[in-house]
Amino acid sequence: MAGYTPTTPADRAEMLEAIGVASIDELFEQIPEEVRLGRDLDLDRGRSESEVYDRLAGLAEANRLAESAPNFLGAGMYDHYVPAIVDAITQRSEFLTPYTPYQPEVSQGGLQVMFEFQTAMSELTGLPISNAGLYEGPSAAASAAYLAIAATGRSGLVASRGVHPHSRETLATHAAGFGARLTEVGLEDGLTDRRQLEQAIDEGTAAVFLQNPNFLGSVEDIATLGEYASARGALLVVAVDPMTLGVLRPPGECGADIAFGEGQPLGNRLDFGGPSFGFFCAREENMRRMPGRIAGETTDLDGRRGFVLTLQTREQHIRREKATSNICTAQALNALAALVHLCWLGRQGFVELGELLARRTAFARARLSAIEGLEPLHDAPVVREFAMRSSGRPVDRLLAAPDGAGPSLPVYPLGRDYPEFVDSFLVAITEQRSPDDIEWLATRLERAAA
Amino acid sequence: MNRLAESSPDGREETVETPQQADRAVTIFEKSVPGRRACQLPAAGVDEVPLDELIPAGLLRDEPADLPEVSEPEIIRHYNRLSRRNFDLDTGFYPLGSCTMKYNPRLNERVAALPGHARLHPATEAADAQGALELMYMLQQSLGEICGLPHVSLQPSAGSQGELAGLLLTRAYHADRGRNPGKVLTPDTSHGTNPASVSMAGYEVVKVATDAQGGVDIGDLRAKVDRDVACLMLTNPNTLGVFDRNITEIASLVHEAGGLLYYDGANLNAIMGQCRPGDMGFDIVHVNLHKSFSQPHGGGGPGAGPIAVSDRVEPFIPRPQVVRVDDRERDDSDPSEHGRKPVYDLDFDRPKSIGRLRGFQGNFGVFVRSYAYILSLGSDGLAEASRTAVLNANYLMSRLAEGRSGRYLPVAFDRHCMHEFVLSGAPMKKDLGIKTLDLAKRLLDFGVHPPTVYFPLLVDEALMIEPVETEAKEQLDHFADAIEVILEEAEDDPAVAVGAPYTTPVRRLDEVGATRRPVIRQPS
Amino acid sequence: MSEPSYPEDLKYHPEHDWARIEGDEATLGITWYAQDSLGEVVFYEGPEIGARLVKDEPYAEVESVKAVSDVVAPMSGEVIAVNPDLSDAPEAVNTDPYGTGWLVRIRLSDPAEADGLMDSAAYSASLE
Repeated sequence: MAGYTPTTPADRAEMLEAIGVASIDELFEQIPEEVRLGRDLDLDRGRSESEVYDRLAGLAEANRLAESAPNFLGAGMYDHYVPAIVDAITQRSEFLTPYTPYQPEVSQGGLQVMFEFQTAMSELTGLPISNAGLYEGPSAAASAAYLAIAATGRSGLVASRGVHPHSRETLATHAAGFGARLTEVGLEDGLTDRRQLEQAIDEGTAAVFLQNPNFLGSVEDIATLGEYASARGALLVVAVDPMTLGVLRPPGECGADIAFGEGQPLGNRLDFGGPSFGFFCAREENMRRMPGRIAGETTDLDGRRGFVLTLQTREQHIRREKATSNICTAQALNALAALVHLCWLGRQGFVELGELLARRTAFARARLSAIEGLEPLHDAPVVREFAMRSSGRPVDRLLAAPDGAGPSLPVYPLGRDYPEFVDSFLVAITEQRSPDDIEWLATRLERAAA
Repeated sequence: MNRLAESSPDGREETVETPQQADRAVTIFEKSVPGRRACQLPAAGVDEVPLDELIPAGLLRDEPADLPEVSEPEIIRHYNRLSRRNFDLDTGFYPLGSCTMKYNPRLNERVAALPGHARLHPATEAADAQGALELMYMLQQSLGEICGLPHVSLQPSAGSQGELAGLLLTRAYHADRGRNPGKVLTPDTSHGTNPASVSMAGYEVVKVATDAQGGVDIGDLRAKVDRDVACLMLTNPNTLGVFDRNITEIASLVHEAGGLLYYDGANLNAIMGQCRPGDMGFDIVHVNLHKSFSQPHGGGGPGAGPIAVSDRVEPFIPRPQVVRVDDRERDDSDPSEHGRKPVYDLDFDRPKSIGRLRGFQGNFGVFVRSYAYILSLGSDGLAEASRTAVLNANYLMSRLAEGRSGRYLPVAFDRHCMHEFVLSGAPMKKDLGIKTLDLAKRLLDFGVHPPTVYFPLLVDEALMIEPVETEAKEQLDHFADAIEVILEEAEDDPAVAVGAPYTTPVRRLDEVGATRRPVIRQPS
Repeated sequence: MSEPSYPEDLKYHPEHDWARIEGDEATLGITWYAQDSLGEVVFYEGPEIGARLVKDEPYAEVESVKAVSDVVAPMSGEVIAVNPDLSDAPEAVNTDPYGTGWLVRIRLSDPAEADGLMDSAAYSASLE
């Protein structure tokens, strides 16, 4: 059993005497007999640190694909290089172990990080305000819906099928609580169907959800699509992949009222899906409807610059059942990782990375399209991910290891989320996927498709 | 006695600025110098096609985002400097009530960072992610045993999302029985997330009063329980640190009316291995892995809020769910099709499920840490952790019942507490002219993080103290001594506390100005 | 205004609101006691012109840094003016609750409702 508890038998005796009881059991007498467990938990007894390490290392090794092959999986989470300084900074006790900054005088580091993060996300999205972070991407969609319903007094939600399937499913789950109804709009040639979108929006629509690039990797014309939303007085909500915002027109310049997204590509490891963070930016008129924590600048009583959590009356600990959200977690450590990564990339590097992704993605799409039996699912422009269709072999056969035993090819089959694209898969590109890696994938697919 | 104050506040009228205070806050954006950079990216290795040949020019960005232009050493210095402007748990005592600020073992950080965990993509085929799925399955089993409920979903991202999940499960459970009750009962001592989650799930909040012992007022509950009650949300021990002895009666009252019982697991650290929410009659429990199970709080996240549920609620839990595939079923699968079925799998085929609450499978990195913690402590260690947490709380409560703290800061409910207790600063405010807030701020000068203040709302000038099991007796004594010194000092001159803190990176901040005229980003 | 004050020319509602009745119109606000217990007001959100207020029902919110309060209508009527300065300077509610800190002006739908309100002496006594 681990030595995380300093109390010795001598301490215990002294403490019990001070309390005035004979044993710890006496303190537990307030628990009625009939609900006491009366036995040990049915778990193994505690182990030494080295034994626990071995067990967890063994489990890590049982994950065959983590490091052994180039990984082209994306679908919202991407294998970007995380610079070493991210770990160095986020592993500092001073960032790792405090609670939410309720005492600002001793939390200036964390609060200033939030302020800087808000500035960086606002710059990326082109929207004037940002919160300090939400749980992750898809649930931020639900937060946007809650805001839009409050802001418009309407309850209809319209989402393009180009929005991440997890975001749409999360919206549907939450809509059951909000009493909202969700309508989906189909895709045409890899892009949101304009005619269907126009028809789906009506006077009861609170928010229209689009994603850029969309789930199939296509770059949407958000400004044009968004006009249908604004024409009917609905809020335009756009999910964005932050890593593409070095090159793509930011949602704030395309008429978006809210931009949100999965933050993992910025400085966060894959971690089999989390923890990461969600970002959430909006226009000023919705400042007091924002979900989550927000840090603001102020001064102390001697006039020094400082930072505090602000606009707190929006939040659950004050407004309770009338709060703008129940969320009280900012994923502060994950947001810090993103901020450090963005500083490391910097103004120029962030653009260069976006350009690198766009060029390698175009190269990879052309290379895979040259394979007999494969073709692009659509011709829309792409920037960091694209969809391929297999005209011959079923996708599961195509991706399975030739001997049936090894790991399958690390690309994302679309069939589970899109029955209409059961013959297709997604390929994601990062700066870690070199032209050699792309050739490795092409060769494997050539062999499998033959 | 230990030396208590880092520096003396004497002569505070002309308070000398500490070196850290003299070092004014500068943001990374203000340190930006055109042309500086940190990153070196790999060469694309492909043709340098102009971007507008790949993507229509109208869809491209005109102006780069105005990110800082700084070198790598500057980044490290900037954030190291900021880090020193934080107080943290690895530095000192952090008795925040209801937050369970226990030690965060470094082993957990090490194993979570192993590439096999950290670099695993969430869309990896189950057969290639057996280690991760086994870990999740084992954690589900362990939490189920600790809570006394057979089914666990790890998906919720935090306690508040666990609450929302529980309420959506409640809705689905009743709808499946053709019912649509509209009310959720919560005690007036509840955490603010409870009513906020209730509203987000489309229910009406109905408050239940607290009795003289700090438990649910049974008479009030009886009056409010009817067929329109979907569920009762309860924390036990509650936010006053008191175990509700009437729990079985409460459970049967709610169950008889057709409602469910929801357990807010914020205070689970008091009862691990002693009693279980499932055995008390609860149907749904959320567990805060960042409280009882040692995930670091990270300055406000990440955490995770798994839920454990009873058999009758199980059909509705979020999807996907990690399952262990029966050996027989695996043998029956056709190896020529996709190979033999993996032992652990993600089950999406759950027709009655409320659906997803978020992307992918949940905060796996948190699961790794909490599973390592459960393995380290084991059945014996978890029980011992709760017993010591309760011992520490009662010891500190008895220390604070002495002397000046006993006089000015009486305990709100005078009985043995569980893992935390609540004091009232009302006599201190009346007799000494210092508020709970002033006491809290003065504690900062003693190198101690203040307790939770002004919560629960039920207690005037409340201080909610949770000392946790990983603190030594000397630390608890230091805290009690510091309180005594502050109160003594206030008898002499209350202005000392009213002007505190003096030694922190900044002094009291103008929150009113920050809210009236919000500046929430660097001006561009 | 640091000392309690309850002007004689106003009518008071037990939820700590006042009404200055002038014919079939009234100006409404919150009392010294209400602003003092709330603390420094940082935000005010009120109804728009044309909104209908119902006696005893909330019609606006005032916020301090750590609290939110509903403002309850002491009388019923239609809003004919709102204080335009409060969005930029909500602190007027603290510094001058009966003057520049007024909230709305309404056309009374039932002037007889005034009979159910307290005068200054009765309201002051209710705070004891």
